[in-house]
Amino acid sequence: MSTVQVQASQRGAKKGLQAEKHKLPLAVRENLVGYLFLLPWFIGLFALTLGPMLGSLYLSFTRYDLLSAPQWIGLANFSAMFSDIRFLDALRVTAIYVFLSVPLKLAVALLVALALNRGLRGLGIYRAVYYVPSLLGGSVAIAILWRQIFGQNGIVNQGLALLGIHGLSSWVANPDTSVYTLIILAAWQFGSPMLIFLAGLKQIPHEMYEAAGIDGSGPFNKFFHITLPLLSPIIFFNLVLQLIGAFQAFTPAFIVSSGSGGPYDSTLFYTLYIYQQGFGYFHMGYASAMAWVLLIIIAIFTAVAFTSSRFWVFYQDER
Amino acid sequence: MRTYQVARPPVRWPKVLIHICLIVGAVLMMYPVIWMLSASFKPENAIFSDPGLWPQQFTFKNYVSGWNALGTALGFGTFFWNSFVVSVGAVIGNVISCSMVAYAFARLPLKFKPLWFALMLGTVMLPYHAIVVPQYILFKSIGWINTFLPLIVPKFLATDAFFIFLMVQFMRALPRELDEAAKMDGCGPIRLFWRVILPLSTPALVTTAIFTFIWTWSDFFSQLIFLNTLQIFTLPVALRTFLDSTGTSSYGGLFAMSILSLIPIFGFFLAFQRLLTEGISTTGMKG
Repeated sequence: MSTVQVQASQRGAKKGLQAEKHKLPLAVRENLVGYLFLLPWFIGLFALTLGPMLGSLYLSFTRYDLLSAPQWIGLANFSAMFSDIRFLDALRVTAIYVFLSVPLKLAVALLVALALNRGLRGLGIYRAVYYVPSLLGGSVAIAILWRQIFGQNGIVNQGLALLGIHGLSSWVANPDTSVYTLIILAAWQFGSPMLIFLAGLKQIPHEMYEAAGIDGSGPFNKFFHITLPLLSPIIFFNLVLQLIGAFQAFTPAFIVSSGSGGPYDSTLFYTLYIYQQGFGYFHMGYASAMAWVLLIIIAIFTAVAFTSSRFWVFYQDER
Repeated sequence: MRTYQVARPPVRWPKVLIHICLIVGAVLMMYPVIWMLSASFKPENAIFSDPGLWPQQFTFKNYVSGWNALGTALGFGTFFWNSFVVSVGAVIGNVISCSMVAYAFARLPLKFKPLWFALMLGTVMLPYHAIVVPQYILFKSIGWINTFLPLIVPKFLATDAFFIFLMVQFMRALPRELDEAAKMDGCGPIRLFWRVILPLSTPALVTTAIFTFIWTWSDFFSQLIFLNTLQIFTLPVALRTFLDSTGTSSYGGLFAMSILSLIPIFGFFLAFQRLLTEGISTTGMKG
C-alpha cells in the first residue's frame, strides 16, 4: 500500500514544475485520470454488483412477487427453509455433487497431469484432447448429449449390453443414479485443472528427484514427499476454484431434468431451486434469502479452505 | 531464475504402457462427442439401432429438420445470429472496459487503490445467483427484459472482474521505463494507454476476447432469464426449447443443432489452441 503512495509522490515531485501550468494540483489531476479510467467499473460495481447485493439482502426479509410492493416479513423466509423439504433436498443434492465431483475431478486432473509430465512424445496432442471437454462441457449441447448417453437406449447401456448386462433402465430417470451422471459430466471436464497442475509440475526442480533417488527413495516416497508438498499451493488453488464453481453448477441439472430437478428432486441443484423459486413461482423474497444462504455457505467453505491451508499447503519460500 | 527442464520420470515405467493408457483415455473422452457427430448424420430410426461410429446410411435430413424445427423465418440462423451479436457485444465490452480499469490499477496513481483492488478481487468470487434477482428487477424496471442489453451492457461496465485481474497482472509486468520514456516525450496518461500499454497488452486482450466469446456463447443461465421470446433467443435457450418441445421424438435434429452450436467453440479452440492452454496454465483460469 505504502509503496504505491511513495511512488506516486515521487512522480509527483518530479513533475512539479510542469504542474504549475495547470490549475489543479498534480496529485488531484493524476488521480483524476485514474478515476476516470475506473469510472465504468465503479458504475458496474455500485449499480450491478454491490447495489443488487444489498437489494437481495433487503428482499430476503420480504415477500415479493414483482407485482405488488415488497412486504417486510422479517426472518420468515429463513425459518421457512428449515421446513421446506425441497430446500433440504436441494442442500443434500448439492452437497453430494460438490463433495464427490470436486475431489474426483481434481484426482483425475492430477493423475493425467502426472502421466503427461514424463517428457512424452505428442504431449501437445494429449493436452489438447483432454482439454477440449472443459471448453465444451458447460454448454447446453453437451448436457443434451449427456441426457441421451445415460438414457435407456444410450451408449452406456449399449456398451453394457455388449458386456452381457441387459435390460438396464435409464440412468437419468432413476433417482438413485441421476446425480451421479452429473458428477461424471463434471469429472469429464477435468481439462483446465489438469493444465494448471501440469504447469505446476513443470516448476518442480528435477534435482529434487535426483537427490531423492540417490537417497534411495522409491516412486511413492518421491510422490508423497516431493511432488505432493511442492504442488500443494496449486492443489489448494484448484480446490478453491472448483469448489466455488461446483456450488454454482446449473446448466447440466436444468437440461437433464428439463428444469424440474427430478426425478424426485434427485438433481435439484441449489441454484436450480433458486431459479424455480425466483423465476418459476416469482417468490423473489425467498429466492433472495436462498441466494444469501448460498453466498454464506460458499464464503464459509472458502474460509475453511484458507484457514486449513496453513496446515497442508507448503510454500517453498517459507522455509 | 531456475532453469527450465522437462522433468524426467523418476522411475522409467515403460513409456508404451503410458501411451496406451493415455490413448484409451483420450478415446473414451472424445467418444461421446464423436458419437453425437455420427448420430447427427444417421437416419432418425438408426440412431440407437446402428451402433457403429460410421453411419451405415448417411443423411443430411437431421440438419434440415433441426434447422427449421422451431419455425422461425430463418430457422436456427436466427439463434446463431442472436448468439453472435450477444457474444461479440460481450467481447467488445470486456476488452474495452477491463483494459481501461486494469490500466488504472496497474499503472496510474490512485488514492485508496488497495481498497478498490480488494473489492475488485472480492467480486471475482461472488456467485452470480446472489445478485441476479435485483438485477432482474432493475432491468425489468427500465424495460430491458427481452433485449440483449442485460447481457451486453454489464460487460461495458467491467463486471467480469476476472479479466481485470488477468490484465492487471499482465500490465504490471510491462517495464516501468516505458512510462518514464513516454512522459519525457510529453505523452500524457491517456496517450500512454492508447499508444504504448494497449498495443503491448495484445496477448492479454486476445485471451480475454477468446474466453469472453466462448463463455458467452455457451452461457445459459443469464440468457434463460433475460430472454423470453423465440425471436430473440440465443442458441442455448433455443436448444433447450427444442428439447422441451420435441421431447424424445427428434433426437436427430437435436443432435444436428447441438453439433452446429459447438462448432464456433471448437473452431476457436483449433485456431487459438496454444493461447488457450497457455492462458489457463499461467493464469489459472476456470476455463
